[in-house]
Amino acid sequence: MSSTAGHAPTASEYIVHHLTQLNTSGHAQQNVIDWSIINIDTVFYSVLIGAVSLYFLWRAASKATSGVPGRFQAAVEILVDMVADQAKGIIHSAESRKFVAPLALTVFVWIFMMNAMDLLPVDLLPRIGEMFGIPYMRVVATADLNGALGMSIGVLLVCIYYNIKIKGAKGWIHELFTAPFGNHPLLYPVNFIMQMIEFLAKTVSHGMRLFGNMYAGELVFMLIALLGGTATVMGFVGHVIAGSVWAIFHILIITLQAFIFMMLALVYIGQAHESH
Amino acid sequence: MNLNATLIAQLVVFFILVVFTMKFVWPPIVKALDERAKKVADGLAAADKAKADLAHAEKKVVEEMRKARESAGDVRTSAEKQASTLIDEARAEAGRIIAAAREAAEGEAAAAAQRAKEALRDQIAILALAGAEKILRKEVDAKAHAELLANLKQELQ
Repeated sequence: MSSTAGHAPTASEYIVHHLTQLNTSGHAQQNVIDWSIINIDTVFYSVLIGAVSLYFLWRAASKATSGVPGRFQAAVEILVDMVADQAKGIIHSAESRKFVAPLALTVFVWIFMMNAMDLLPVDLLPRIGEMFGIPYMRVVATADLNGALGMSIGVLLVCIYYNIKIKGAKGWIHELFTAPFGNHPLLYPVNFIMQMIEFLAKTVSHGMRLFGNMYAGELVFMLIALLGGTATVMGFVGHVIAGSVWAIFHILIITLQAFIFMMLALVYIGQAHESH
Repeated sequence: MNLNATLIAQLVVFFILVVFTMKFVWPPIVKALDERAKKVADGLAAADKAKADLAHAEKKVVEEMRKARESAGDVRTSAEKQASTLIDEARAEAGRIIAAAREAAEGEAAAAAQRAKEALRDQIAILALAGAEKILRKEVDAKAHAELLANLKQELQ
């Protein structure tokens, strides 16, 4: 648990330790925003999981035939078909779908796999890390606000790209000042402020929703682990029962959050295609 | 729960993964799915066509069977007709033969009766002459009375 040997950590120390990122500064980040620091664990796990997930998707894709599919190919096809159907229902431009549908698939698979790291025992990877002298480690990249907001800002950039591509730079700027209340000089500032709030709210809520769910889920797993950490019969039984129940419930949450993130990305990008 | 440059890194990773998926994952799978959908559609169409062909062939078979049955009936009818013609001809021929035979037999019988009659007449004449000779031994001369005897013989005819 804590790298400071000699005494067992208190419950509060245990939680704080588990919620501390491994970053480039070598200690917990002091300021709320500090652009000179990178969380090594988040980047490592998100890149690793993204690469592994895409490797399997790529394997399925490179062996894909129109003949009788194997089980793995069929599973990937079901996934692709599901995403393609959703994209078709929301994005009406076939040209845009060539980029947006793969984006939705990537987002869904990547987030699902990163969320699934929550199902590993909370102490497993951090403990192994400690054996190799790594003091902190958080394995769920989506439970890091940077991870979740990074992806939602990515979706925001795609939205802005399509706003300009579909409506033209002039058309989009015109829309920023005339929608939603109407085309009148007095309404321009109000409209613009509303539009900015809308973009901000969409992006922040998009990322924060995922982050909040995964962070809370991780915290509950830690509390359950603390129960078992009491090393009593009651604690052990409680850990097994609560841990099983929460893990099974969490299967739903990780899938649902990945699906919601994907659907919202599609909806937001779809909105960028529509004129007010 | 702090913000830092991880956000930028995550943003870059996000786009790298998306582009990878767009280039190498999505197109082959979608292509395979579309091709399979087309194959299935073609297969269903072929099955429908085969079914229609089968129905057509069955209809043709029934038609051929009906024709064969009809021509067999014709053959039988004509054979029966020919047989009955042959029987009739044979019967007529037999009738003719019987009639001819009867005619010949009757003719022969009549001729025989005629011959018998003539023979009888000759003998009666001879007998009568003999009787008369016996009675008229001297008075009758065969040569002198030849005309008489010939007349008598004529009468007996």
